[in-house]
Amino acid sequence: MRHFLLLLALSLPTTAMATNAVALQSNVFVEKMVTDTKGRSKATLQEPKIVLPGDRLIFVVSYHNTGAAPAANFIVTNPLPRAVSYQGTPDAMAQVSINGGRDWDMLSHLKVKESDGNWRAARPEDVTHIRWAMKQAVPVGATGKLSFRGIVR
Amino acid sequence: MSKSWSILNVRLSHAVPMAIATASIGFAAPALAAGTAAGSTISNTATATYNDTGGNSNSVNSNQVDLRVDELLDVTVASADAGDITTTPGSTNQILSFIVTNNGNGSEAFTLTPNSTLGGDQFDPTTTSVVIDTNNNGVYDAGIDTVYTAGVNDPILAPDASTRVFVLTTTPVGVANGDRGQVTLTAAAVTGTGAPGTSFAGAGQGGGDAVVGATGADSVDDGFYVVQNATISFLKSQTVLDPFGGTKVVPGSIITYTLVATINGSGTLTNVVVSDAVPANTTYQVGTLTLEAAVLSDTAADDAGEYTGTGVTVRAGAVPSGQTRTITFKVRVN
Repeated sequence: MRHFLLLLALSLPTTAMATNAVALQSNVFVEKMVTDTKGRSKATLQEPKIVLPGDRLIFVVSYHNTGAAPAANFIVTNPLPRAVSYQGTPDAMAQVSINGGRDWDMLSHLKVKESDGNWRAARPEDVTHIRWAMKQAVPVGATGKLSFRGIVR
Repeated sequence: MSKSWSILNVRLSHAVPMAIATASIGFAAPALAAGTAAGSTISNTATATYNDTGGNSNSVNSNQVDLRVDELLDVTVASADAGDITTTPGSTNQILSFIVTNNGNGSEAFTLTPNSTLGGDQFDPTTTSVVIDTNNNGVYDAGIDTVYTAGVNDPILAPDASTRVFVLTTTPVGVANGDRGQVTLTAAAVTGTGAPGTSFAGAGQGGGDAVVGATGADSVDDGFYVVQNATISFLKSQTVLDPFGGTKVVPGSIITYTLVATINGSGTLTNVVVSDAVPANTTYQVGTLTLEAAVLSDTAADDAGEYTGTGVTVRAGAVPSGQTRTITFKVRVN
């Protein structure tokens, strides 16, 4: 995983961006199982235009500080599309919300009140938003990629 | 910008380990049935906020990624009968029930095909019609529920919707007790069927493609009839008590007749009626008619039996196989 993220980071461009001081790019990939000529099943990533219920998606948010100053209190927020059920993130610093972005925490710390009044642990499909809050300012020229998984409801 | 951010920079083969690493988070089967409606769009946008050196708050949106949801073709057929349906030789309009459910995410019509000429059973019911439970009350209503004709009134089901389908058959005359007859019902998406993943370009609801789901876009289930061929047999016996305490048949002797009806085979015989004539030269003894040792009145219409003036009649009702009903009455020799 680290290798993957490192690779993503390395593959990021360094060219100057447009007028925004920070550029944000969203990409969505679908993970498809493909059987190769030897009959082995293998996962591949494709950037789809169309999806089906049950498809596994990987959302990648790329940022790049193209400005002349560090970006402090840098927070990237990605609301889950209603049709997508959250399936986790490899980024340990990510926080999620299950109430439309009002409260944020680790998923394991969140609870949902059920109709019978009992509380249960929040499940991935309860997540409405995910965000990444950087503790340190993003330096000039710095780039990064953030990702999470979802499944088409 | 597009070039510098191109996703071509991501080496896909190296992305796979991430898929495995995060699998533990759980790709629990999504708690959904039909899923997101075909033709709808999934849009994703991320937002970043940050403070610049002057402490001013800034916000920037990413590009918007739009994904169109294609139509998934999935269907299941399930027998709605709790077990074998009992039938008897020659019976018509025997009914097996099935539930057809659209597990896809688009509105879809389904072709229904019954098959009763199958191996592995003892007889082939003759299919006379397939009927859709139009009034959705769970039971077949002759003349009310719609008779199905393939290609004419294929039921159109919304995502997650289901309908009950009745297959009406006739049981052959020559079947034996305990024989089983199998009938299957197949439902197939009109748009198309095939191996999961098969795509029908432009055929999906909302203008997209239609893609065959895990069920292959067709499904089949079966129901069974079992022949319950109950039979009835009678055993009639008598005891005589003459006026002198002996067993001679002389004028004044009392004859007690005992009728035992035994139900054999399997199933239940309904409307079992036992009648016996009072023999010539004898007189029925008032108040002696019994069913299962319980006295019945001699008058009609107040209980399960009566004296008719020429004989006795007892209505034993429904009698399951393996059981008996015992009727007794007494006459006096003239």
